[in-house]
Amino acid sequence: MGAVGKTIIAGIGQTEFSKSSGRSELQLAAEAGIAAIRDAGMTPADIDGLVTFTLDTNDELLLARCLGIPEIKFWSRTPHGGAGAHTTVQHASLAVQGGSAKAVLVYRAFNERSGRRFGQPNQRVTPPGWNWYLPFGLDVPAKTYSLAFQRYMHRYGLTNEDFGRYTVVARKHAATNPNAWFYQRPITLEDHQNSRWIVEPILRLLDCCQESDGGVAMVITSADRAADLPHKAVKIAAAADGHLRDGNVVFNYYHGDLAEFPEAKLMAKQLYDQSGLTAADMDAAMLYENFSPVVFLQLEAMGFCGPGEASDFIKEGNIDLDGSIPVNTHGGLLGEAYIHGLNNILEGVRQVRGTAVNQVKGVEHVMVAGGRSGLILAPAG
Amino acid sequence: MPKVIPPTVETDDEYFWDGVQNDQLLIQTCADCGRFRHPPVPMCGDCHSTAWTATPSQGTGTVHSWIVSRHPTEPDADPRVVILVELDDGIRFVSNLVDVELVDVHNEMRVELCFRVIDDVKLPQFRPAPSPSRQTPSVQG
Repeated sequence: MGAVGKTIIAGIGQTEFSKSSGRSELQLAAEAGIAAIRDAGMTPADIDGLVTFTLDTNDELLLARCLGIPEIKFWSRTPHGGAGAHTTVQHASLAVQGGSAKAVLVYRAFNERSGRRFGQPNQRVTPPGWNWYLPFGLDVPAKTYSLAFQRYMHRYGLTNEDFGRYTVVARKHAATNPNAWFYQRPITLEDHQNSRWIVEPILRLLDCCQESDGGVAMVITSADRAADLPHKAVKIAAAADGHLRDGNVVFNYYHGDLAEFPEAKLMAKQLYDQSGLTAADMDAAMLYENFSPVVFLQLEAMGFCGPGEASDFIKEGNIDLDGSIPVNTHGGLLGEAYIHGLNNILEGVRQVRGTAVNQVKGVEHVMVAGGRSGLILAPAG
Repeated sequence: MPKVIPPTVETDDEYFWDGVQNDQLLIQTCADCGRFRHPPVPMCGDCHSTAWTATPSQGTGTVHSWIVSRHPTEPDADPRVVILVELDDGIRFVSNLVDVELVDVHNEMRVELCFRVIDDVKLPQFRPAPSPSRQTPSVQG
């Protein structure tokens, strides 16, 4: 059992997911935060740690004032956006394990559609380190990631239609999830193929995640408190990061084989080593997908299928609700919302609790991962 | 024409942009162990030397991957082809492919360095290399 195996996700909370929240990012963080604290059967006085993303705009002390958290004894932030989404839980877990805090609130809240949109070119000046990309036209994530995805397609002879089969599954799952922006709006592969090109020949519109407004929060505490909770406690069975010397989160063009995701391999190996589990032990997987091809690369890197097999693996129904490893049962970042990946962790918690709207039967272990950071969640006790 | 956002020249890459003004694509080279590194960093991760020089690229390579942007913010008239070039020097470099029809763009195609001024910004670009059959025959054999 890894160092984080004695901690639990005690509570989860969120706002609605929308395209225009009509309120401040701080209010979204506060609403999600109080919901998570109440869900854990706690009060703000029980919280003494805060973790969010470096990209989050919400000041820790302003959030503490909103929530009435009297004392903060630990805080940290995780770098590189969605690449560090699951690292937030790792930080919180280690802070609890190390005795720095008793209960940590993890949060992420933004108006990412009505405010600053990640899918639009925002730079007017090249930021540090981007001289090698921005002047050449790599100004939005769809383009930066596609330059690596294209090599994966080339290696295995894939077309955009292969990626569309993931989107069809994600939208099918979202269609029965009332929390999802695309609730009751499934698509066909034909719809996918009729959506406009964003980056040819890799991504169509329906391969891209949403831009969303909303807030998500979780409470991480010691497994000793599992018996006190109003809900079934969810154990953090493993938590890990994976980064490499020749890697780059946004411009990952320099490692040996661009048809692989070596950071995800490194991360997943640690999850399996910490927990003593394997890919075959996972009952569901929530996989960060800013773009549909990322699911393919992760399925292969994490050992759910072999190199180059993800397309057939998806085509054969393995990631459907009744498949061998149901993926993104809430609809994922394409179908539910893009709350920077943290909403995927909430779905992992619901699957372990047995309260997901698209509940998988007999869930014991859920992989929740974003390539470079990930968790294995399991029932506590 | 595409709108080019100019580079913000920094301490660690000033040599590169100076080289572009002289029609050179310069590759940072460790002065002690001789390894190339791109993108540049101020210390060699292998021998930890902070001494380095800059080696002009041979200017030839192959297209490792490529994209054509159809993003709604793109000026529609002239989409840029962004390529990842595997330079024969042994590094990968992001650039654009020019003087080519989109239908002719493919992985592993041979390309050669050229320089273009776009929106008042001078950039290293690549164009299709002449096919071997059109090259001057070797005098050997």
